[in-house]
Amino acid sequence: MEDKKILEVKDLVVSFDTFQGAVQAVRGVSWYLKEKETVAIVGESGCGKTVSIQTVIGLNPRKNGSVKGGQALFEGKNLLDLTEKEMRDYQGNELSIIFQDPFTFLNPTMTVGQQIMEPYLQHNKVSKQEAREKALEILKMISLPNPEENMKRYPHQLSGGMRQRIMIAMALICNPKILFADEPTTALDVTIQAQIMELMNSLKDKINTSIVLITHDMGVVANMAERIYVMYAGEIVEHGDVDTIFNHPRHPYTWGLLGSVPRLDKKIQEDLYSIPGTPPDLISPPAGCAFAARCKYACKICKTQKPPRIDFEEKEHYANCWLNHPEYIRRNGVVRREGGYDGE
Amino acid sequence: MENREALLELKDVKTYFQVQKGTLKAVNGVDLTIYRGETVGLVGESGCGKSTLGKTIMRLYKPNDGQVLYQGRDIWSYRGKEKKAYAKNVQMIFQDPYACLDPLCVVSDIIAEGLKIHKMCSGAQLEQRVEELLNMVGLGKEHASRFPHEFSGGQRQRIGIARALSLEPQLIVCDEPISALDVSIQAQVVNLLKKLQREMGLSYLFITHDLSMVRQISNRIAVMYLGSLVEIADSEDIYLKNYHPYTKALLSAIPIANPEAERSRKRILLSGDVPSPVNLPKGCNFCQRCSKATERCRTEKPVLREVEKGHMVACHLV
Repeated sequence: MEDKKILEVKDLVVSFDTFQGAVQAVRGVSWYLKEKETVAIVGESGCGKTVSIQTVIGLNPRKNGSVKGGQALFEGKNLLDLTEKEMRDYQGNELSIIFQDPFTFLNPTMTVGQQIMEPYLQHNKVSKQEAREKALEILKMISLPNPEENMKRYPHQLSGGMRQRIMIAMALICNPKILFADEPTTALDVTIQAQIMELMNSLKDKINTSIVLITHDMGVVANMAERIYVMYAGEIVEHGDVDTIFNHPRHPYTWGLLGSVPRLDKKIQEDLYSIPGTPPDLISPPAGCAFAARCKYACKICKTQKPPRIDFEEKEHYANCWLNHPEYIRRNGVVRREGGYDGE
Repeated sequence: MENREALLELKDVKTYFQVQKGTLKAVNGVDLTIYRGETVGLVGESGCGKSTLGKTIMRLYKPNDGQVLYQGRDIWSYRGKEKKAYAKNVQMIFQDPYACLDPLCVVSDIIAEGLKIHKMCSGAQLEQRVEELLNMVGLGKEHASRFPHEFSGGQRQRIGIARALSLEPQLIVCDEPISALDVSIQAQVVNLLKKLQREMGLSYLFITHDLSMVRQISNRIAVMYLGSLVEIADSEDIYLKNYHPYTKALLSAIPIANPEAERSRKRILLSGDVPSPVNLPKGCNFCQRCSKATERCRTEKPVLREVEKGHMVACHLV
């Protein structure tokens, strides 16, 4: 497989000024995306996953200086250097995004057909007729029932699953190189979720799109992703390919995430594992490891010093945790939880 | 569990709404019994009538036909004080933790409101009781004077649970209490509900579309489709042996957090959405989306019947 990096984010730092102080939403995040690949960023609400991709695609206003540092290299160009106007050539064209809530992202006063055609008309010199044909083609590809009839409808006349498909059609009409999917199935029923997952998995072969998937549902990740970045409190705490993360995770937060998912393929447990407490306040993030307060393995050093990135033997697998430091292992042995916490 | 006491019985309950296009049959003939101390999981897609059934039980909608019996008495035969007593005994936890709490009230007022109305305690005793309830759901005294917007989703759901518990109810209708929450917080709330059940002997009707989470909490599971129940069985049973094609499709749609299992899995993909409950099909409600539908399915409505002890299915093909 060609290992060409199509997007590379380096040391991205984003913070927002509030009356209480600066909320450090993203604190030095680096990740990359290869061609025709699906990468998942997982983590709880408020860990900065959405902010980091919205910054890359230019949805965070740049004027008030919320982006404090870092680069986002797309085809050799740093997207963070571009002005909003320059960014517009990419938005909805080479980079497009699908949002979580199928009930608020569509314009209620326009028919869905007009909305699907809009990005295509914006980015290409084509007539309306051509745009309409293209829209129909896309709708057929994502197998929306009665595409011609549905294009004349308004958003409120469609169900949640259909609206999500319209959103996907809008995102795909310009054959994007990268599709950012921000919790694309969270608001949907399981049966519709299965349809949408199937659809998105088929896109890679149909139009050569890479996907950045944001979700907190480990089941969806297992179905769709090839590599996983686990994010916590604005930082990436673990990275690896999907099998490594699910079978040999090395960060306690990943163990917790995996343990709190009810598994149909496992025996039922008395109580599910749940990560105690809540994520830290990012206005004044803790000095050491951000997860230390919720981690049962936390020791003295975790509370005072940031854990270093430690690489493992599996390909590109790394975790930021003191438990994996050679010195810790020499003293206390290796702490491993294959497949996450198991009902403790 | 032979001579269990039935707490709530639904007998052929039908709740209809009049809409422009005709009659919307949200709940169309549901028979279900909830026993004391038990959790029944009610599962189905959006728009299948789960929440309407929950609200019918809450006495918020009057059923067009059929009866809701609480401890053997029809809840619509209540007069005067009996109504208030029923409202105390049956409580509800709502889906959206952001919308179900009054933004102008502090937490202690929200929790104490029911206690005051039902004159269960007052003065210093009231304060103490609120604190006790907050501790019960894992919050503290310091939270009592805060407003809802100061809490996270999981914490708000806990406040909603504390409010429901304040009146010492027998039955709590939980209407999608966890679907708005993060996975790790979902586990916290489910564990909390289970703990409270053990301690207080509560019964739950747990409405959800998440078949994997409902397994953690339910004793029995009822699967609903377009206003009717299609399968009822013991919770473990339904995951091992399920008969109705809709149940099979629902189960197969759940993603499993195991990449190897996901790759080798064959999904039954349902096409389309739930059809409109205004014009119900003549035969089986599911026949339009069912891959195995026969001529009989299109013309004759299947009824719920027992195929194994305690396992009821409504399908001609079983």
